[in-house]
This record gives sequence, C-alpha cells and structure tokens, in this order.
Amino acid sequence: MKAAVIVFPGSNREHDVARALTASMGSPPRLVWHGEAELGAADLIVLPGGFAYGDYLRAGAIAARSPVMREVAARAARGVPVLGICNGFQVLTEAGLLPGALLPNATLKFSCKFVHLRVETGQSLFTAGYAAGQVIRVPIAHHDGNYFADADTLNRIEDKGHVAFRYCGEDGALTPSSNPNGSARSIAGVFNATKTVLGLMPHPENAIDPLAGGTDGKPFFDGLIKALS
Amino acid sequence: MTASVKASPAASIAPETATAHGLTADEYTRILSILGRPPSITELGIFSVMWSEHCSYKSSKKWLKTLPTKAPWVICGPGENAGVIDIGDGLAAIFKIESHNHPSFIEPFQGAATGVGGILRDVFTMGARPIANLNALRFGSPQNPRTRHLVAGVVAGIGFYGNCVGVPTVGGECNFHPAYDGNCLVNAMTVGLAPVNRIFYSSAAGIGNPVVYVGAKTGRDGIHGATMASAEFDEASEAKRPTVQVGDPFTEKLLIEACLELMATDAIVAIQDMGAAGLTSSSVEMAGKGGLGLELELDRVPLRETGMTPYEIMLSESQERMLMVLRPEREAQARAIFDKYELDFAVVGRLIEGGRLVVKQDSTVAADMPIQPMVLQSPEYDRPWTASPTRPPVDSAQLPLIETADALETLMGCPDLASKRWIWEQYDHLVRGETVQTPGGDAAVVRIPGTKKALALVTDCTPRYCLADPATGGAQAVVETWRNLTAVGARPLAITDNLNFGNPERPEIMGQLVGCIAGMRQACLALDYPVVSGNVSLYNETQGKAILPTPVIGGVGLIDDLAAAMSLAFKAEGESIILLGETRGWLGASLYLREVCGREDGAPPPIDLAAERRNGDAVRAMIVERLISACHDVSDGGTLVAIAEMALAGGFGADIAVPEGVEPHAWLFGEDQARYLVSCREPAPILKRARDAGVAAAVIGRIGGDSLTVSSSRPISLKALRARHEGWFPSFMTAS
Repeated sequence: MKAAVIVFPGSNREHDVARALTASMGSPPRLVWHGEAELGAADLIVLPGGFAYGDYLRAGAIAARSPVMREVAARAARGVPVLGICNGFQVLTEAGLLPGALLPNATLKFSCKFVHLRVETGQSLFTAGYAAGQVIRVPIAHHDGNYFADADTLNRIEDKGHVAFRYCGEDGALTPSSNPNGSARSIAGVFNATKTVLGLMPHPENAIDPLAGGTDGKPFFDGLIKALS
Repeated sequence: MTASVKASPAASIAPETATAHGLTADEYTRILSILGRPPSITELGIFSVMWSEHCSYKSSKKWLKTLPTKAPWVICGPGENAGVIDIGDGLAAIFKIESHNHPSFIEPFQGAATGVGGILRDVFTMGARPIANLNALRFGSPQNPRTRHLVAGVVAGIGFYGNCVGVPTVGGECNFHPAYDGNCLVNAMTVGLAPVNRIFYSSAAGIGNPVVYVGAKTGRDGIHGATMASAEFDEASEAKRPTVQVGDPFTEKLLIEACLELMATDAIVAIQDMGAAGLTSSSVEMAGKGGLGLELELDRVPLRETGMTPYEIMLSESQERMLMVLRPEREAQARAIFDKYELDFAVVGRLIEGGRLVVKQDSTVAADMPIQPMVLQSPEYDRPWTASPTRPPVDSAQLPLIETADALETLMGCPDLASKRWIWEQYDHLVRGETVQTPGGDAAVVRIPGTKKALALVTDCTPRYCLADPATGGAQAVVETWRNLTAVGARPLAITDNLNFGNPERPEIMGQLVGCIAGMRQACLALDYPVVSGNVSLYNETQGKAILPTPVIGGVGLIDDLAAAMSLAFKAEGESIILLGETRGWLGASLYLREVCGREDGAPPPIDLAAERRNGDAVRAMIVERLISACHDVSDGGTLVAIAEMALAGGFGADIAVPEGVEPHAWLFGEDQARYLVSCREPAPILKRARDAGVAAAVIGRIGGDSLTVSSSRPISLKALRARHEGWFPSFMTAS
C-alpha cells in the first residue's frame, strides 16, 4: 500500500506521522511537498500537524486553499481515505471536507499535555484497532483545538455515528475538567459522511513508543494499515 | 575609495554623535587612528555595534579567557556560533544559550520569541538540526504588578516561536526575586545534532566568491536599540519605532529547512546568521575570520521598506536572515532551494583582497574600513573590581522551631519551588517524538533519533548563592547541572553559559562577575566539564539596582543506553530511600531561611568538588548498573523537598526518620551540596557500594502510603501537598 503525507510550508509533525506509518506499514510513506505537481498514487493521504503557512491568518485557512488541496478533495470525493491530525484537522474543516471548525482553546493558551480519549466507534478504517468505549492516552499540542459546530450539525454527526473520539477522564467519563480546550460535546475527532475522512486534534503518532509517550497510539496506525491492506 | 568616504557629507561626525553611539572618547580616538580620518556615519555605526559590550565582550573577555574550553570530545569551543561536542557514532551535539533580557522586559512576547529565534539560528547555522530548546527565566517579585504581565508575555512568546518551528521545548527553570523587578532575564538554549563531518563554520574563503543573503527581508527594526535617539541623524520619528524586533517563526521554519537542505550539498563555504548587529557583524565576522575583505552592494539587499540608508541596512536587526559564502558554481543550485521555500536569495557582495569592508549604495561608498584592526583592536577592559564581602554562616540552632509539615507546605508552594506546569504545558515539548523525559524532572532526556542513546539537557543557577558568595555560587551553578545530568543517568560532557550581571563599571558588580567565573572555572576543571559556548549580558540594572548575579549554566550529557535512564519518581511501595552524600544541615542562603524564616542572609553551602565528583560518579554507576529505581539530586529546599518531589512524581508517600542528634530542620531543609536521594528494593548493596566509594550513605526512610510522615511531625497528605505545589502558579496567573 502507498501513503502520501502532504508537507505544507510550516508543517512540523510530518516526520512523526511518517515514522508511525512506517512502523505499521513496513515501508515509509511518500512526503509530498505542497508545490509538487503530482500527488501520485496513494491509498491514504495524511495532512500532518504543524503551522501551515504559519497559521497567521487562521489555523489551516491558507493551506485549505492551496492547489494541492484541490487534488486532495478530488481524491477524497473518490473515496481515498484522508487523515488530518491537529493542523491537518484544521485544514480539513477549513476545506469543507469535515464539518465544524476549530476555535482557539477556551484557555486562550497553547496546551501540550497527555489526555485521555474515548473511542466512540471501532467501526471505521481509522479506529479499527480499537474497541468502542476504549480509553486511550495520547498527547495534544495545539492552540486552536476547540471543536465547534452548530447544534444541528452536532446532533447530526452524533446521530450518524460520525464522532470518532471524545476527550474523557481516565475512567472514560466526560467531564468539563477532562475537556482540555472547550470542545463542543468533548469532541476530539470527527469523520465525514462516508467515514473515509478523519480529523482529530490529538497526536496518536506521538504515542507509538514505550520510551516516548507510550503505545496507545500504535493500534490507531496498525488498525488503519490493516484495514487498508 | 577612501577619498569618496571622506568627501561624503556624513564624514563630519561630531564627538557627541560618537557618545550617543555609546563610544567613549578613548574608543573614538582609536577609531580615528584606525581609519586615519573621521568615520562616516555608517562606519561609526559599524564600529559602535562591533565594539559594543554585546558583540565585543570588552568587560568580560579578560575573565572569560580563564574558563576551560577543551576536552577530547570538544570539536569546537567558544568563538563560533555555538559549541560542538562529539557524542559518538559520527554525530555531534551543537548547542548554545543566549540572553534576550532587555527586549523581553520592554516587549515580553516579541522579546522572548525573537530570543528563541536567534538561538535557533546560532545552532542550525552550524549545520545542526535543532532537536530541543530550553529556557531559564528570572522575574521580579510576584507581588510586583508588572511581573504577571511579563511572565504571561514571555511564556507565550517562547511557545509561539518554538511551537511553530517544531522544536520541542523540553526544559528550563523559572525563579522570582525582587532584584529582577526592573530587569527580567530570558535566557534561551538550543541543542542540535549534526554529522561530525558536516559542521559549518563562519570563516570565509575564496577571493571573488559570492556573498549571499537569504531569508527574510531587512526592515528598520532593531536598529541600534538604546543609542538610536540622536539629533544628528534627524530621525526623531524613526527613533520612536520600537527597538524590539518582531519574530516570524514561519519564515524561520522555512529557513531551517532550506539551510539544512543546502547543507546536504557542498555549496557552502561559510555561513553566519544575522543576529545582533545584523549584516554588520555577520559580514565582519566571516571576512575577519577568513582574513579577507568583503564588498557589499546594499542596493541588492532585499528590503522591506523604502528609503533605507546604508546605516540602517547595516545595523538592522531584522530577524530570520543568514549570510553565506557560496562556491560560485553552486549558486544556481542554492538559489533553487531557496526558491522552493519562497525565501529571498540575493547575491549582495563578494569576497575581495585587501582585508577591507567596503559598503556601497547607489555606487557611493558608505563605508570602507579595515576589518582586522576593527576586530583585533576592539577595546578590552580590565575593569576595577572588589570582592563581595564574606558572610558568616547561619547558626541553625538560633532559628525558630517551625512545625515540619508547615515548613514543607510553605516551601512546596513558594514561587521558586512551585510546579512550573503552567509554563511548560504552553510549550510543545513532544514534537519530533523523541522526548523521553518531559519537563519537571532533574533533566530533560531527548533520544538521538534511530539510536538507543539520548542527550540529557538542563539549565541551572542559584542566584542567591551567587550574591552571597560569587565564587561558591558560580561553582554551584556548574555542579548542579552536573548533578542533574548525573541523576538521569547521563555522563555530563560540556556546558554553555549565560552570564547575567549588572553594570560592570561598578566594582562590586565586576567583583561578582570575576568571582562567579572563578568558581565556574574551578568546577569545570574538577569535573572535566568544559565551556564550549556562551553569552554575556551586562548592565541588567535599573536605577542603580542590579539583578542578582545570575550565571546560568546549560549542561549537556550523554546517556549511552536509554533503557537505563533514570527518573525521580518513586516507583514502588516498600522500597527504601537512601540519602547519599554528607549532611551537615547548611541553612545559610537557603530557601528555608528565605521562605520560612523570612531571612536572606548567611553564607551559602560550601562546594567540595572532590565530593561532587566522587558522589556523582558513584550514583551514575548505580544507575547504569540498574541498582536503583529512582534518583533525584538534593538542591533547593533540601532533603525533605527532594523527597516530596519524588513522592508527588510517583504518587507514593513515604515515612522519613530524622537521625538522632541533629537539628531536625537543618537536616531536613539544609542545602548541603553533592547529595542525591535514591530508592531501591535492597539497600545493603547500595550502602556497601557507597562505603567502598567513600560516599556517606544512610537509609532514611521507606516508600509507602499516601502521605509523608516525618518523625514526630503531623503527616502531610500528598493530596494537600500536590494542591499547594500545582496550585501556586495557576492561581498567581489568574488572580485579579
């Protein structure tokens, strides 16, 4: 299988996710500079974390309008799985490939720490490595991760099972204190209507190693690669 | 060419203009003799920044020369952009610490942000991929209304820059003291990795080779900070511009990637970042080190603003810029890389014979000056100094008896010892995925990619010791970093230093500088722990009130096998707690004395360098041989504070027994040096090992429960202690 990681100017976790994919795939993904003419064959497209174009305008806003995103959107429309992590999630919402928006954290501060996530469904390419209700520990590192959508949208994505992950306590309970950024209904990650596009703020790619960050993110990539193979 | 400079109207410089540039009458005379004529305004500006304290180290050079800088593993010591050490397997660690104190006090967010940007450039200029940032911060009293504003701005600024460029901020320190009310300290450190055979230096070579400017455009920011306001320039409006530069981490990120991509080729002859004094110091340093001349055509410099004079272009401190000398045949290849990243790339000059710096604009020569005399005849002062008065020790028996539990709770919630989580959670400390030990431990541990090895990194200084006894304080700052690196299982290899002091023209301040360097020297020699890079920041003084002498030390050590890396957290119930090193109960200049007794007097704990080495080497061997389960150096707040930190980190309480025949508060809170706390299941082998090595050792307690119990004092619940420890910073920052 072939994976492509899109590198925008200002991306900074492309190597982190590439390493996670390599560990699960056995071969490295292709890093595609945003200006390259050809995306090439890809069974999976990843938009990594970072600060594309510095995020000076609004997180993900410029990257979402870059030429390479037209091709990503076209592939997504054809059903090619697209994963956006952190800045990638922001880009996907700005590009209209996922519902909602990411506002500045309720604390108005950048926040880097480990959080607990409740896996809302195991029935997707991206969460196949987990069971529904499972609690995992992975880090966040963002300034604008406060998921927002209007009530109708939130009701719809909940009804259709399009919430992938929620912030929770160690025991899986959803409480205000376990919601690190003020996200609506503690939402940490959402799917598109076909569950072939996922955006999430936390970084499973920084939790694939017992020495650095633990291994709760490893099943994310193992499950995804297995489901795609 | 000289004639055209002479003929320019700017050549008639009034002596007051020299004074306004911070040059003394003697220094101005020296300029006249070097040039053989009065300088043009551009030349005067160039001399003034090259001979500024910041660039020339004129007050400190005499003493800096005494510091040990060599060891078999040192590849490059002070004098380059950063220090370089060999860490094996064909890799080098490249690192430096640098201050951005004054700008951060004026504009904390941008001041701190550009401090991070500047130190990053010093490191990747040498070919290193930056892998970690640290920062050492000092602020005024928490009661000072300005302090919270400075803390919020500095921390946000550091995070803004470091987070965006994708370099994890893994460690640092933060203290508060009223002596910093008028001058906060922001010292930023970057550590990078490079192959030993691909390190880039700044010495220019090759007559005729192109001098290339890359990165961001040049604007009027940061021109000549304090000496800018001068009527002769007729720039009254310009003088009101903020002298603090504005950082653009996005451009820096692109610059890092573009430079490293270019460095993978053999196109670069020499490279230097444009930091303090911008285009001036980068061109003078490159040409000066190569013994060549350099001609600059300022019409080719990418500018952000119109109508900039040669003076402004040469002195601008706009950020995110680099100057390189390229092999001429590689120019197109290099240009293509910078085009890819949409960064400016301009050939702005070439290397010339004759050793002169020639600066032209519109075919007019704005400066034509000999480089070597400017560098070699830069002023060096042997400023008068007086030794700090010796303080008597504090007699612990005369201190009031305070309930142990109360004292511990006070200490764990005091500004200097309270958890700094509020700060480091605003820094991305995990990006790159190699952070093995996050902030909050003795030292950060960052894996070397693709290996089982890691670098241990730390910054430290105890300014109250430096004030009380500069030589002891200088030595202590060095040994504390050495102990912190040891406590995570690393072999300490080298340091970078950031010497922050007041006005060196005052003999008592100069005495602090001289004393601290003398102490540092002794410690570096005794521990085979050389200085490979550093920075001096003087004149940290407001209305005659100086900061505490603050020689911040950044230490770098190597862990050969990460599997044996150690942390301070208690690991299991029932294990024994052993105190290694001798305890006399030294309370002079301690935090207990200041925070609990309200006194700041007394001599600081003495440093026994032989004991430091002996005890540290013994502890490191125990870690490497996996005889112990936790390790923590004993420093601020003494033994009981160290135990409390281990307990909170692990979530286990402990029972501690104060030995017979000691003053309990002195034993519990004394800050005697060369000590470590370790935990283990089986104490006998540890005690034997210690005895054989000549290291004092005793079992002082046992891990267990959910509180700390110390002899007869009331038990201290971990929950309450954690609330104190974690609560101070957030409540300080949110108080209205």
